[in-house]
Amino acid sequence: MKIVADKPRMLTDTPLHYCPGCAHGIVHKLVAEVLDELGKVDGAIGVVPVGCSVFGYKYFKCDVLEAAHGRAPAVASAIRRVVNPDNMIFTYQGDGDLASIGMAETVHACMRGENITIIFINNGIYGMTGGQMAPTTMPGEKATTCVYGRDPKVNGNPVRMCEMLATLTGPAYIERVSVYDVPHVNKTKAAIKKAFQMQMEKKGLSFIEVVANCPTNYHMTALESMQFVKEKGCEFYPLGVYKDITKEEK
Amino acid sequence: MKKLWKGNEAIAEAAVAAGCRYFFGYPITPQNEIPEYLSWRLPEVGGAFIQAESEVSAINMVYGAAGAGARCMTSSSSPGISLKQEGISYIAGAELPCVIVNIMRSGPGLGGIQPAQGDYFQATKGGGHGDYHPIVYAPCSIQEFVDITYSAFDIADKYRTPVMIIGDGMLGQMMEPAEIPPMRDLSTLPDKNDWAACGHSDGIPRIINSLRIEADENEEFNLRLFEKYAVIAQNETKHEYYEIDDAEIVFVAYGSVARICKAAVVELRANGIKAGLIRPITLYPYPTDAVAEVAKKDCVKKFITVEMSMGQMVEDVRLAVNGLKPVEFYGRCGGNVMMPADLVKYVKEGK
Ligand SMILES: Cc1ncc(C[n+]2csc(CCOP(=O)(O)OP(=O)(O)O)c2C)c(N)n1
Ligand code: SF4
Repeated sequence: MKIVADKPRMLTDTPLHYCPGCAHGIVHKLVAEVLDELGKVDGAIGVVPVGCSVFGYKYFKCDVLEAAHGRAPAVASAIRRVVNPDNMIFTYQGDGDLASIGMAETVHACMRGENITIIFINNGIYGMTGGQMAPTTMPGEKATTCVYGRDPKVNGNPVRMCEMLATLTGPAYIERVSVYDVPHVNKTKAAIKKAFQMQMEKKGLSFIEVVANCPTNYHMTALESMQFVKEKGCEFYPLGVYKDITKEEK
Repeated sequence: MKKLWKGNEAIAEAAVAAGCRYFFGYPITPQNEIPEYLSWRLPEVGGAFIQAESEVSAINMVYGAAGAGARCMTSSSSPGISLKQEGISYIAGAELPCVIVNIMRSGPGLGGIQPAQGDYFQATKGGGHGDYHPIVYAPCSIQEFVDITYSAFDIADKYRTPVMIIGDGMLGQMMEPAEIPPMRDLSTLPDKNDWAACGHSDGIPRIINSLRIEADENEEFNLRLFEKYAVIAQNETKHEYYEIDDAEIVFVAYGSVARICKAAVVELRANGIKAGLIRPITLYPYPTDAVAEVAKKDCVKKFITVEMSMGQMVEDVRLAVNGLKPVEFYGRCGGNVMMPADLVKYVKEGK
């Protein structure tokens, strides 16, 4: 019998705890598929955040460290010094983790140009703690700590991480992608692959932002939430490559 | 061979000799010589140094390097150690071995950069959140700093626990003759392959984690942690008695203050007053039995705990003495240091 679809070798058999329709599951699978295809599961080290993906260590079948909230880039930077340069190191972080409490760790790992890959799930909300405002919640978007919608005058403005980090010399590759439909899932996979390939070639830090959903805290169905990501999320957070030193080299 | 070493640099070289190859830190006085020294020294021996963006980041780098199986350390001074507490709690929760040095300055807040001992509670009672204790050493000379730093990495590995070494600006900045032990042969360091997340290819994931979301699982972990602490207390508790045999007045002091107390003991004895000193070398586990034994002796009239703080260790002394004898407290703080003559006067005149 011909196998046409299979679970990536890098995922364990543990059932995912994510809400139905949540992008976390999709991106987990993509990361695992890419490392499988690159033959880089062996020796891979993941650093998972505090957030809905805190249990990443139950799903990724490789060595994993569960970092304190926001500190994954610092943890990964140190591991980079310790292990073989050929080992793939990635962090997997939400927007509260990466762009709020861990902003300093993120920016400085990027400034140092660490040879690691950062997978950044931007769902515009604090998923795990129940839908509070995130550093990426869009103006007008509702959250449990801005119940009338984010008012920049009251709540401050959201941050566009790719644009900001692209101003730094350190990162090698920065791309923003989304997973609201199959073509975009495929594009996301290609971006993650490129990111790890850059790491394999020791080009420096690669940063993939995934504009993602949180149906539970958007109070939407899975489908509605993906529609929201497509129409609103990707309008505010334009998809594309923000930095690619291999292009600059040419 | 003995050489003249500055305290902070001696700590740094002792760490290198012990096989530590990774250091993560952030500048703060009066410990700067440790990161400065290791920034050039570690690359010489095949290691690495990162000047982190903050103490929060530095301790989380320690979490990463220790989690990947490396001998690593960080150092800081009081305000920076406050920032490290999150990471220290995670390190304790994930049972990772590492060494943390605190060259204390005065507080609270930004305080001052003069010597102080106001971080005793923070160091010994956990500091960060949750039920845990690092092992805490308080050396009193540069040679002792060297010897304790050298063995601290082995202790940390043996028990898979953070070890904290505390001194103060005086010990960090002064120079004394000290001998650095021989360089450890790295092939003799403990094998961490069965648990360290350093990128295995045998299909068995190594997980470094402190999340235990089930109450029973987390309680079981806490119980096991404290069983470990009981073993540590049994094996590693250290103290020094000085002129204790016939002592009537017993000072209790650690670190540089213990040296000041020794000078006071000599002076008091020259004046016909039988004084002695108990010097805890480990502050956690606390040498409770060593203090309790002395408290039982008939000749002992009272204890005087001497600290560069408003009185922190004195609480552990009172617990150990358990009402058998009076326990008084003499302290200076804010960066001021008592003189032996101050202690002599206090004993003679009660103030
Ligand atoms: C120091 C600290 N502060 C706060 C929390 C509580 N907390 C847990 S998850 C989380 C937010 C996670 O949101 P995000 O990073 O956006 O990830 P998501 O859950 O949306 O995937 C917070 C604030 C914590 N665990 N530690
Ligand atoms: S709360 Fe949101 S981010 Fe978390 S698993 Fe559910 S849908 Fe996903």
